Amino acid sequence: MEQKKNDGILKWVLIIIAAFFLFIMVIMPLGMVVAGSFAMGFKYYIASITDKYTLKALSLTLRATIASVICTSVFGLMAAWAVTRYSFPGKKIIKSIIDIPVTISPVICGMIFLLLFGRQGFIYPLLDKVGIDVIFAVPGIIIVTVFVTLPMVFREIVPVLEARGTEEEEAAAMMGASGWTIFTKITFPSIKWPFIYGMILSASRAMGEFGAVSVISGHLRGLTNTLPLHVEILFNEFNTTEAFAVASILVMLSIALLILRLVLQYVSKRKISRMQKATA
Amino acid sequence: MKKRLLTVLSFILLSAVIITGCGLNRDAEGNTTAKRVTLINVSYDPTRELYEAYNSYFEKKWKKETGQTVEVIQSHGGSGKQALEVANGLKADVVTLALAADTNSVARSGLIASDWQSRLPDNSCPYYSTIVLLVRKGNPKNIKDWDDLTRSDVSVVTPNPKTSGGARWNYLAAYAYALKKYDNDESFAIEFMRKLYRNVSVLDSGARASTTSFTENGQGDVLICWENEAYLTLQNDGKDYELIYPSVSIKAETPVSVVDSVVKSHGTRKVAEAYLKDLYEKEAQEICAKNYYRPSDTAVLKEHSKQFPTDLEMVTIDDFGGWDKVTKKHFADGGIFDQIYE
Amino acid sequence: MERSTSKKIIPGFGLTFGITVAILGLLVILPLSYIVIYTLKLSPKEFFGVIFTRRVLTSFWISISTAFIAMLINTVMGILIAFVLVRYDFPGKKLMDGLIEIPFALPTAVAGISLTALYRENGALGRFFHHFGIPVAYSRFGIVIALTFVSIPYVIRSVQPVLQNLDPSIEEAASSMGASRFKTFRKVIFPEIEPAVFSGAALAFGRCLGEYGSVVFIAGNMPYKTEIVPLIIMSKLQEFSYSEASAIAFVMLIISFLILMISNIVASHNIKIKGGVS
Repeated sequence: MEQKKNDGILKWVLIIIAAFFLFIMVIMPLGMVVAGSFAMGFKYYIASITDKYTLKALSLTLRATIASVICTSVFGLMAAWAVTRYSFPGKKIIKSIIDIPVTISPVICGMIFLLLFGRQGFIYPLLDKVGIDVIFAVPGIIIVTVFVTLPMVFREIVPVLEARGTEEEEAAAMMGASGWTIFTKITFPSIKWPFIYGMILSASRAMGEFGAVSVISGHLRGLTNTLPLHVEILFNEFNTTEAFAVASILVMLSIALLILRLVLQYVSKRKISRMQKATA
Repeated sequence: MKKRLLTVLSFILLSAVIITGCGLNRDAEGNTTAKRVTLINVSYDPTRELYEAYNSYFEKKWKKETGQTVEVIQSHGGSGKQALEVANGLKADVVTLALAADTNSVARSGLIASDWQSRLPDNSCPYYSTIVLLVRKGNPKNIKDWDDLTRSDVSVVTPNPKTSGGARWNYLAAYAYALKKYDNDESFAIEFMRKLYRNVSVLDSGARASTTSFTENGQGDVLICWENEAYLTLQNDGKDYELIYPSVSIKAETPVSVVDSVVKSHGTRKVAEAYLKDLYEKEAQEICAKNYYRPSDTAVLKEHSKQFPTDLEMVTIDDFGGWDKVTKKHFADGGIFDQIYE
Repeated sequence: MERSTSKKIIPGFGLTFGITVAILGLLVILPLSYIVIYTLKLSPKEFFGVIFTRRVLTSFWISISTAFIAMLINTVMGILIAFVLVRYDFPGKKLMDGLIEIPFALPTAVAGISLTALYRENGALGRFFHHFGIPVAYSRFGIVIALTFVSIPYVIRSVQPVLQNLDPSIEEAASSMGASRFKTFRKVIFPEIEPAVFSGAALAFGRCLGEYGSVVFIAGNMPYKTEIVPLIIMSKLQEFSYSEASAIAFVMLIISFLILMISNIVASHNIKIKGGVS
């Protein structure tokens, strides 16, 4: 009894600490954004988020985000499988290299692509001849965004796969199951949620990426401005209200992601309970 | 096995299509004899309002004269960063940066002919500005001139000259005053600068960030800034600030240039040159003045002498021996600015 | 012994390994090698001349120390929040869960601007600290705040899935046998989530070390006081000194690579120990 009561107290103490921390560190800055975006009324807010340049920036951000999510998912599954299911020399080095894009400074990230695709890089004359713009154009923005989010899914899956071990897969393989069957029937169900978390994380990160994209975008209004860059530009124009309004689009997008996740969780729960009923 | 491979391949194909597919919508531009032509103007931060007004003026004018529709795409940012990007392949038809040093670095990378600054009148500066002091309403710290910025009770806001073009002008304006005060004795002048920069409370990376620190975030007693930036701030909240003209300042020349190799490949030389030349026309000069830039046309400048006091003593960059010399001496690694902070 | 044989048992090694290495090579290693190429343009003497100036070393110290503190805060808070989110039910739980990604989605510049507005002397939170004479914005404390904000999701999101997969019955058994809550956590839960904590913390640290967008707004950027390494790299770039910028970037890369290596080694070391016991 005593322990139970203590548990109740502990539970609420922990919840309050967590809530307090998130309130100060996340909700209050968020509140600044929301308050800022409505500072000049609802009409002005709507006008700023439906502005021509805002919509163009939004479309670019969405394209870069989708490309990132696809790349990080494919790469994450492949790499996580290779790294956790087999042992080979240099595994730890590969794992560490995979992590580099997340920890690398956005400034350095922008810089390396500037050096690689910029005019002093050896690729530039080649691209120039063919007439493809990479840097200061849409492809460059997408490449950089893919780069910074590359390990997101991998990071989420690996700890779970490592904790699970390989016994079940090995048994299935010995019974003659193909790699694809093993993956879809045994591995994937257990990593489904981390996989979805990873996709959501990478989508959020791709939407908000600022530093690296800023170095190689060129800030061409209506062409190479992503939403975060557009926000920065509006700030520099002293259009604080509009800037916050555009920033709030990003907040809404991440709320949309949250709702998507809740829906997915709900659907899968229903499926499980239906299956349980069917077996009963 | 096959099914698995197919799925994987289609995944990769899909992502490849998305990546390259996005690249395709760019090549419609190249055609310049067409009815539509695009100009890219890479500029620095505070010129946004100016070019917004001028672009619509020019687009109308060009349409009337040639029947061609021209769309000017703007890019704004810190002057040094913009120069870096153009030198690295940002396809700007014209550059309108904050100081000749930045245009020079683009020229040095081989994109602009080295005689660029003599191609247009007035050192290629259709407009220029100067450096002033912005203080809080009522001037509570009684700041009159550069001297007051070295007082121990004064806190100064100015951006970092290493990352901001405007900040270099700020620095040089103060340095010009110090040289004058100490009869060109450099060691005293450097000591003066050291005192001044010791009072700097926020050293932002760009001019606009400094303005925000001073206005929105209430940092410092005085902001060193462009004259046009000061007027813009006064226009937004005139009741909170006051503009102080120091006894000595600098003629902050903000030259413009066509980027030769880009206009060659885009086939846009004609329209790009007209775009810059027309900045010198009377109507365009009025637009400059309206946006608080000093017009190079002295007649237009005189009309606005209420806004732009003409009795202000202004040194020029040539008085310091030109940008190459100044950059090396003051702002390069280990230069005077670094020594100030040693 | 079992581990080494598993290579042959589960199919798909060639495909997955090949694609992993190909993508890594093109997208990560090739671009990164450029840093090395540009750094090698400097002689060793020049290289050390760039790194071992008081200004650069001080900024390294500022970056590393603030990143470390932010990482510590986020490790402790991250474990706590992940635990609360997985184990407890309470109203508003889903909202709390959804808040975690906000720091990613919010552009760092916006984060920097809003945090500065909050923590300046007369800001909503800055006023409180100002009361005690502690400046937050435009000091190292401000840098820590910005870094804490941008790296909130890492530890939470790497610990959460592991905690979810953990069987709560072991804990219940432990506590029913009379172990205190804290002891259960330390002995039963923590060893399980330790690898995830380490990898999340390492990522958070790396991210903090390199963060630029939000810090330049709140830091004040004073040389020797609040100037961070990425800012120095940025100014070197704007002076067109690519090799010097690369040299500093190179050192940064080595540091983050080392941290990741250490965390990976610690993590797999722990798994081995556990594997040996069971």
